[in-house]
Amino acid sequence: MAAPHEETDALTGTATTGHEWDGLRELNTPLPRWWLWIFYATIIWAIGYWIVYPSWPLVTSYSKGIWGWQSREAVVKDLDALRALRGPMVEKLSASSLEQIVADPQLLEFARAQGKTAFGDNCAPCHGAGGGGAKGYPNLNDDDWLWGGKLDDIAQTIRFGIRSTHEKTRLGSMPAFGREGMIKREDIEAVADYTRSLAGLPVDKSANLAAGKAVYVANCAICHGENGKGKRELGAPNLTDAIWLYGPSREVIIDGLWNGRGGIMPAWSGRLGDSTIKALTVYVHTLGGGEK
Amino acid sequence: MNIPDTMTIESAVAKSGTPAIAALVEQAKNAASPPDDDEPLYSVRRKVYPQSVQGRYRTIKWILLFVTLGIYYGLPFVRWHRGAYAPDQAVLIDLPGRRFYFFFIELWPQEVYYFTGLLILAAMILFLMNAVAGRVWCGYLCPQTVWTDLFQTIERWIEGDRREHLLRDRGPWTFDRIARAALKHFLWLMVAWWTGGAWVLYFADAPTLVKDLATFQAPLIAYVSIGILTFTTYALAGHMREQVCVYMCPWPRIQAALTDEYALNVTYRYDRGEPRVSLKKSAALRESGKPTGDCIECYQCVYVCPTGIDIRNGPNLGCIQCGLCIDACDAVMAKIGRPTGLIAYDTELNIKRRLRREEPIFRIVRMRTLLYAAVIAIVGSIMLYALATRGNEGISVIHDRNPIYVRLSDGALRNAYAVRILNKSIESRRYVLSIEGVPGAQLEAVDIPVDATRGVVIEVGPDRTREIRVLVTTRQQLPPAAAIPITFHIVDTADGTMASVVDHFRGP
Repeated sequence: MAAPHEETDALTGTATTGHEWDGLRELNTPLPRWWLWIFYATIIWAIGYWIVYPSWPLVTSYSKGIWGWQSREAVVKDLDALRALRGPMVEKLSASSLEQIVADPQLLEFARAQGKTAFGDNCAPCHGAGGGGAKGYPNLNDDDWLWGGKLDDIAQTIRFGIRSTHEKTRLGSMPAFGREGMIKREDIEAVADYTRSLAGLPVDKSANLAAGKAVYVANCAICHGENGKGKRELGAPNLTDAIWLYGPSREVIIDGLWNGRGGIMPAWSGRLGDSTIKALTVYVHTLGGGEK
Repeated sequence: MNIPDTMTIESAVAKSGTPAIAALVEQAKNAASPPDDDEPLYSVRRKVYPQSVQGRYRTIKWILLFVTLGIYYGLPFVRWHRGAYAPDQAVLIDLPGRRFYFFFIELWPQEVYYFTGLLILAAMILFLMNAVAGRVWCGYLCPQTVWTDLFQTIERWIEGDRREHLLRDRGPWTFDRIARAALKHFLWLMVAWWTGGAWVLYFADAPTLVKDLATFQAPLIAYVSIGILTFTTYALAGHMREQVCVYMCPWPRIQAALTDEYALNVTYRYDRGEPRVSLKKSAALRESGKPTGDCIECYQCVYVCPTGIDIRNGPNLGCIQCGLCIDACDAVMAKIGRPTGLIAYDTELNIKRRLRREEPIFRIVRMRTLLYAAVIAIVGSIMLYALATRGNEGISVIHDRNPIYVRLSDGALRNAYAVRILNKSIESRRYVLSIEGVPGAQLEAVDIPVDATRGVVIEVGPDRTREIRVLVTTRQQLPPAAAIPITFHIVDTADGTMASVVDHFRGP
């Protein structure tokens, strides 16, 4: 603190601080009293804050504060409040069958909203944000289903997965015909051409479709059917339509025939609650391809 | 500046010790004292003790005070029946329900643009008032003026009129003075609290909220809002008063920039007021045929002024043009037998004309008043038209982002949309959805059965919206990277009104 002094500036009548720089003297105009008191009040407030809230970092922990407030607990509380708010609708969802959910517009809207969130959290990494799919991951918006597009089919796929570790998983895979030595190289090429011809795709003039058909009947028709329409109980895709999980090019088909196919859908039973799986089922069913 | 070097002279004094030089030093020090224009930048507030007054403008102010405050305090309790699905409060800002109700008007959040129109109207009406008669808003209608008036009335009632109040304030703190001050502040706080209380009633069902507030069942935010508004009302109307108009409000500055020579303002007619002399002197002067003014320096116009200015100093930023000085002056003029209107709604231009013995001009109809009136009429008509013709239904659409399009197993192309249908009416409605613009397109709404005769019919509850997933499929060949405009229509099956929205149908 500077020693008190008496000098007063003649022009303004205000006391000076006594500091002087090349003849310029500084007026002593302190902070307004109200401002200062608010400043002191904030200091006292801060001390109170340290006591009641977690604040100071310590060596291995931190000061917890006497109110015991924790940000995580606050989140849990908020989530509980949200769950309580949704409670009646979630209960209704759990108690209703899939058909009942779809029949009730209010419940359907709720299920779709729940399903959309759950889809974003769990399914979007493989199937895309809107279920658009990717190579090897089916597009859930179209009308082509490997294992069936009815509500119950979709629910079963979500619950138990495909080629998953669950005991009730859907099973069935495309063998590696080439790598395992079951079909010769030129026959694989022939059957690939034949497969493309089934879907109405253009094939090379030199393609031996007759040989391809013979190989198809001997090896592929068991699962994909004589006419190539596929078999849903085995997850064998329809080869005659416009939708290709891995792509329609000759190379990709040959690759599949040579190395086999067997993408995995995990089982969500046990990971997601029953009402969430129902909501997901309804959401996927209403994306556009759901079968009645 | 021409300040003598006092240090040198002082050292000279110290050396010589001559008294004559000491006198010179004194003179030099006086020369260095501040010139007159170096005053502090801010003047200290002088407390205003406005005197009560009766007259035409005071009566207008009383009527407007009762009407405006009556509307403010009473409006939340006015009922307006809207059926079972909407509240029956005439004016209600329903924040949780995202609705604004004003008698027969119900606004949804997406219609807040009506407030833009209201703001334009408000500004133009303010400008028009200013072009016609100056600060009509400030003097009669501004909440700051009205509440200050109310608080001053309470103050006069408890503390007495100007003279009594002044004397008491200068006197010692007697029990009587403390009791009166306590009662005054208590009544002020009651009015302020009531003001805050009325405010929150616009945001919930008023009778229910009053009951909840009284039984401490109301939400915390209601009490907090009342507390804040109690404080602001008490501070602004009780303590800050004219300082709000002089220091805080932007309108006086804008008003001063917008005014012109024909705008009527509360004006002291110095053409007949000057020279000011006392009543006796004036009579003497008049008898001897010498010129004299009508102003007798009675200061009534100054005493009654709620902002504490002297209107005789000419146009003034502090003047809110409430007309109370006109009332005060007219009363005095009537008493001394001179014509009233020494202070009146007039213009500087007319004063100058009267000084030149020319007829005064009053020109209310002129370019700017016509323009303001025209803008008010146009904006008002547009808003009325928009309000009168707006439908009860609305539709909005969002195209799916992922995937943009879907190829179906038979090669068809499908786009999916989230369509939201708004039903603003207070009853359940059924809408027929149709599309237009995409060749060979089929419309399908997920999980909504197709009516054999009318197609896709969607029911939306009263005062609700409903989002449906809409699939549009075409089997026709589209050009590469197609983005074809597609229009969604809804038609109300009850009254045939319709709404439309445009989006795009996209292909690979």
